[in-house]
Amino acid sequence: MSLDTLLSYNWSVMVPEFIILGVIALLTIFDLFMPKTLDRKVLGWIGIAAVFAAMVSLVPLAGGPVESILADTFRLDSFAIAFKMLLLGGAGLVLFLAVSYEAKEGLELYKGEFYYLFLTALLGGMIMTSSGDLITLYIGLELLSISSYILAGIRKNNLQSNESAMKYVINGSISSAIILFGLSYVYGLTGSTNLMNIAGQLSQLMDGQQAYLLGLSFLMVLVGLAFKLAAAPFHMWAPDVYQGAPTPVTAFLSVVSKTAGFVIVLRIMLTVFYSAATDGPGSMPIMYDMQNYIAVLAGATMIIGNVVALKQTNIKRLFAYSSIAHAGYLLVALTTMTPNIFYTMWFYLLAYLLMNLGAFAVIQVVTEKTGSEKIGDFAGLYRRAPVLAVAMGILLVSLAGFPGTAGFIGKLNIFIGTFVVQQPHYVLASIMIATTVVSYFYYFGIMVQMFFRPAADESKFNIPFGILVVLIIAVVGSILFGVMPNLALDFMHNNLDVLMDFFS
Amino acid sequence: MNLSWVLTTLVFSPLAGIAVLALLPKTQEKLIKLIGFLATLPPLALGLAAYLHFLDGKKLSDFAVSTEWIQFRGMNVNEPIYSVYYELGLSGFQLLLVVLTAVVATLAAIAARSVKKEWKGFFMLFLLLEIGMLGVFTAENLILFFLFFEITLIPTFFLIGKWGYFEKEKAAYSFLIYNGLGSAVLLIVIMILFAKTGTTNIDLLAHIMTDETAPLSGALKLGLLISLLVAFGVKLPIFPLHSWMLRVHVQAPPAVVMIHSGILLKIGAYGLIRFGMGIFPEQFETLAVAIAILGVINLLYGAFLAFIQTDFKMVLAYSSISHMGIVLIGLAAMNEAGIQGAIFQVISHGLISALLFFLVGVLYERTDTSLIDNLGGLAKGMPITAGFLLAAAMASLGLPGMSGFVSEFMAFLGLFRELPWIAAVGTIGIIMTAAYLLRAVLGMTYGKAHREFVGVADLRGVEFVPVVVLMLLIVLIGVYPSVLSSPLQATLETLMLGLGG
Repeated sequence: MSLDTLLSYNWSVMVPEFIILGVIALLTIFDLFMPKTLDRKVLGWIGIAAVFAAMVSLVPLAGGPVESILADTFRLDSFAIAFKMLLLGGAGLVLFLAVSYEAKEGLELYKGEFYYLFLTALLGGMIMTSSGDLITLYIGLELLSISSYILAGIRKNNLQSNESAMKYVINGSISSAIILFGLSYVYGLTGSTNLMNIAGQLSQLMDGQQAYLLGLSFLMVLVGLAFKLAAAPFHMWAPDVYQGAPTPVTAFLSVVSKTAGFVIVLRIMLTVFYSAATDGPGSMPIMYDMQNYIAVLAGATMIIGNVVALKQTNIKRLFAYSSIAHAGYLLVALTTMTPNIFYTMWFYLLAYLLMNLGAFAVIQVVTEKTGSEKIGDFAGLYRRAPVLAVAMGILLVSLAGFPGTAGFIGKLNIFIGTFVVQQPHYVLASIMIATTVVSYFYYFGIMVQMFFRPAADESKFNIPFGILVVLIIAVVGSILFGVMPNLALDFMHNNLDVLMDFFS
Repeated sequence: MNLSWVLTTLVFSPLAGIAVLALLPKTQEKLIKLIGFLATLPPLALGLAAYLHFLDGKKLSDFAVSTEWIQFRGMNVNEPIYSVYYELGLSGFQLLLVVLTAVVATLAAIAARSVKKEWKGFFMLFLLLEIGMLGVFTAENLILFFLFFEITLIPTFFLIGKWGYFEKEKAAYSFLIYNGLGSAVLLIVIMILFAKTGTTNIDLLAHIMTDETAPLSGALKLGLLISLLVAFGVKLPIFPLHSWMLRVHVQAPPAVVMIHSGILLKIGAYGLIRFGMGIFPEQFETLAVAIAILGVINLLYGAFLAFIQTDFKMVLAYSSISHMGIVLIGLAAMNEAGIQGAIFQVISHGLISALLFFLVGVLYERTDTSLIDNLGGLAKGMPITAGFLLAAAMASLGLPGMSGFVSEFMAFLGLFRELPWIAAVGTIGIIMTAAYLLRAVLGMTYGKAHREFVGVADLRGVEFVPVVVLMLLIVLIGVYPSVLSSPLQATLETLMLGLGG
């Protein structure tokens, strides 16, 4: 490749990635040469600034035409911009949690890494949103995963943290292998790794036999991605990993990683399997043919996530199951495949980001203060720290999906999607609504502790600045987008024509 | 004059109270209680003004407001597939319920002066609850209705769970889960209607349903109506979905029970009438016999169980179930007298039960008991309270000249015309009502005294306000029913038109 071709690319579309990448390199060097005695916290703040800068640089890119560079492996379309905003926003808030996190149990030696590994993971996620090729998609996924494995085990002297990392590595690599195996069939049939190429070829698929092969490939990719999303029955790793990882990492896994997981699901499923015809051009796509498998996965995930959450006594495990349940709701949106799917999932992930990160902010403060992760330690929080308790109350109400909060609008979007399609998914809709009621039990169980039960000790909390920032954004956002969801939806509609961009 | 601001202000004015309370220090007990009370006055004033506006002969549709709120867009960015509007409005029926809500809320705020702890939180939640209730009765589309409906759940959960009596948490939980399930079913109905018709506006839906070409089969409509019956049956409550409500009535603090029994239960009746009967009149007709039977079961079940209770609160709780049976009976008649009776019963029971529970609260505050046996000899110790209690019980059992009589009479009149046999069985319930109320009340007022009422004060000062206001309203409706029937005229005509009668 000559320098000319290299320079002819419109590199400006990668500016957000370059910012993050540059700051990662910078932080690594700083960390290396900084005196041991200096507090690494400043690196965290630089990371936050980098995320913010990347977000600012992303905004002017919105509304432009689809740009594709590097032999179509990197594409910047509206889909990429929309989901990059979520990833950046989520990672930014997680970094606020991270700088407020008290380093101990081995973490104090690796504080610098603790901050910039979040950024490498974020970079992986961003690459995934912009991938036009299976290879870059996989590279992004692995960059995200490997960074997360290290982050999960970064409290070196904590046994649970070690267990968490170990389980995550093993499960994560197995699922990566399964995804790759599934994708190898796609490559075998089309001879290409480029998503648009694959889509074009598969839509011309004439041979019914090959459709079976693709069906097999679909199931493998689905299983592999279900691992990554922690969808039942491939969710067993999630509670252990969430429990053992440091709280900011848990928050990162449950929000940013999950968003990235849905990004890859949408990219692969909608370009590859939505284009693949089952029986000659113009026939039903494999995606519809296989819809029932996704539906079963969604139903099982909602039921298992919500029911098992009832029995939890550890707050982080509870939120692990809660996040499994939320993945289930999102899978419902994937099953129904309405024309609105991008907006629906994007809005739900936005709402989920706000309410879940806010909740983790409170969890982090409370667990650090009390030194344990029992739900019972939330007892009397209302008396000890009314601000925290009320904020948590609002976020829990949003997680439970009560009207007036963003969580409700998100669920409403998904819910209405189950009825507007030609064959309404009544069963799935019923499971979704019934499990939502089940979720009231455990979300309000935390409320009961916070508001009704007496506190074990009456000492007050001091809330670190970073936590306060996250809480304010989360609470204000949850209510604002709950009352006026069109603020977010109209922005999407007016600037980002995701549906048109995605397939062109 | 543009009056479209009125309803928005009416519904959200308690927010001002919440904001002021949030700024007060939590130790200022007197001030907090005063502000909490004052914040309930604007909705009351506006509600009464709207009523006067109506009496003046002007249209209630002057108050309607409608603006764009949420759009769900699909392929075409400029053309939303679905739009949800922010629309509030008033019909005669809604007007009455709004006024009832405002009155009971104000009086409950007075009753809440007996709250012992954390007044600030109590009144903030209480005002939030009032917003929810006012919104429920003024919402003109189903999604907005659902929003306000759920807003009532959360404050009620906390009000019961934190300020209630001994088994408060259990009561709060069963309230939350039963009502959560009810509203889940309701949401399914709303979403199916929304997806099939593209609108949730109630009047528009009622219109679409009469259209033969509408994309809803008869079976689906029947299914939706049955779901609505379940959803609102939890709220009303209809036997066998009632067990949560007993716990709430016994465990919740008096001010909250006044609201709960007076208003929240009525949301179930309102929903059944406005959505069940208003949107699915044909299907309602096919279910009429079943609803009549359910009504009679409610009436008798409540009455018989009320007869054997030892706790006066339980008597009243079962009495509520029993009285809600009369609502169903009136509705099942599907004629003007019956429906009017049902609506009268909704309003009248709202006032009577608010009064009774206020008195129970007064008794409990002074004697720490609500057991009938323990309260024997009340007439001697607290003569004024005992007198009002007896009068309220008379209203409840349907003494002519009071509101209970008018509603029961009309509901049964309606049903006797349509389904005389079922109505005849139902009349046993009326006799039982008299029996259990007299047993309970006479047991307390003139029963054997097990205690000295020394140092127990009678009704005093501000406590007279709720008692006297409610009593006056009950008698007013009893002797001059057209305070209710004239605003209802238009509502009834629309409903009867839908029923084809």
